[in-house]
Amino acid sequence: MSVLLFVEPESELSWQALGLAQQLGDVRAVTVEGAYQPAAWAAALAAEGADAIVAAGSDRGNELLAHVAARLGQPFAANVTAIAGDTVTRVRWGGSLLEEARLHGSPLVLSVAPHTRAAAAPLDVETLHAPDDGSPKVLDTVSEAGGGVSLRDARVVVSGGRGVGSSEAFGIIEELAGLLGGAVGCSRVVTSAGWRPHTDQVGQTGTKISADLYVACGISGATQHIAGAKGAKKILAINTDPEAPIFASADYAVIGDLHEVVPAITAELRKVRGS
Amino acid sequence: MKILCCVKRVPITGGKMVLTDDAQSLETRHLGFTISPHEECAVEEAVRIVESGGGEVVVLTLGPAEAEEQLRDCMAIGADRGILLRTDEEWDPQATAAAIVDAVRDESFDLLLFGNESADAGNYQVPIRVASALGLPVVTGLKKIELLGDRARVERDVGGARDVYEAPLPAVLGVLEGLNLPRYPSVPGRLRAKSKPLDVRDVSRPASKLEKLRLVVPAGQGKQAEILGHGADAAPRVVEVMQQLGVA
Repeated sequence: MSVLLFVEPESELSWQALGLAQQLGDVRAVTVEGAYQPAAWAAALAAEGADAIVAAGSDRGNELLAHVAARLGQPFAANVTAIAGDTVTRVRWGGSLLEEARLHGSPLVLSVAPHTRAAAAPLDVETLHAPDDGSPKVLDTVSEAGGGVSLRDARVVVSGGRGVGSSEAFGIIEELAGLLGGAVGCSRVVTSAGWRPHTDQVGQTGTKISADLYVACGISGATQHIAGAKGAKKILAINTDPEAPIFASADYAVIGDLHEVVPAITAELRKVRGS
Repeated sequence: MKILCCVKRVPITGGKMVLTDDAQSLETRHLGFTISPHEECAVEEAVRIVESGGGEVVVLTLGPAEAEEQLRDCMAIGADRGILLRTDEEWDPQATAAAIVDAVRDESFDLLLFGNESADAGNYQVPIRVASALGLPVVTGLKKIELLGDRARVERDVGGARDVYEAPLPAVLGVLEGLNLPRYPSVPGRLRAKSKPLDVRDVSRPASKLEKLRLVVPAGQGKQAEILGHGADAAPRVVEVMQQLGVA
């Protein structure tokens, strides 16, 4: 089977996708030159006539393959973790659930779920040309006025949920995060209440983090939240309710009121650092 | 401006995924329902656009009779009418897109708003398929929409930066949570919603090309967390662990 793999620049996720692509057949790794133009790039990928078209399950990968599949009138399986014959296993609910499905398509169009497999050794990447077809394309890229550590890349994230109680009470969360050189996060309840901006939200519809340590304070642990937090290597949960679902996803637990526990941790850190 | 918003009824899952005995769906007997978070922002955006410039917001779903509840919720925050494509089965994304296209082909919408992906199935393709079938421009993954007369200027997050696109109207846009902060429905809004028009059409599902066989709860759920202590007294042990992890 001839397999076309769409590769994004400097994307580890593309090489993770390569492993699954190689299971299907001989892989040609390609990218497209010029400003990103999803419909036009998809036309260029579709025109290669491969038996399978694969990309990383990234924002761009999923978008491009949806265009490819729409153009070809074929099904598209997004965020696949495994494939056996025509049966794929794919991610639902941001990873809280898996689906086994039969993909009745030719060519096979599928994206590979991020961080579900190790990266394969990179291949040489061929560059395709996609003529401008007048469809929407990137006109400009503006950088965000970013202060502090980004949530996505922070080594430590200290996060607050409903239990924090108010926008002002996030002061203790900010203080601990600052002391650890980390970022402040929060749950969806908090952004819906307007206590913190959406850019702070950890979750299925917020940011998916990859911290060494995630400290979840007063967060019950809804699956929507865990979908964003589970990329952390270790999770410490602080909650008054010993039955809170967050403890089933945590490595470490402190049972108690975050309003007492968090300042105590901050004070202890200052003490051991002698400052 | 005439705006279509497509939404999906999904369960509020809480802390644990529990499947039905046949592993075909989540056990929802004890769960409430909502629409996907991205779609809440799509509806809010549509309502704001019409509040400031006039027009109509039509909200559409494909789902069971009970999905009327979600359409009424959208009407309670300002959508003007609803279309329910009624079916008791779960449809694959290709068939869902085709049913939406059939339902809206004869209406001339200026803007068709979708959530970027549904909370449950996460197929990432319905808006793009609808646009493709209708021959309309589409941009997805949006955190900002600005209408400039006969075109939309939109922005998409790309990790620390925003890509800017423009699309002539009519256009299909897929949005993300964070686009705005959706309002809560008011009591008068809920009362008004009860009498707004709802068009219910029965639809029958074609054969699935992405055919669900069964659902599986991933392994590794249900860790045994190590208890570091109770209350403020746990602080020294927490700091020790932070030091072991190399983050203190």
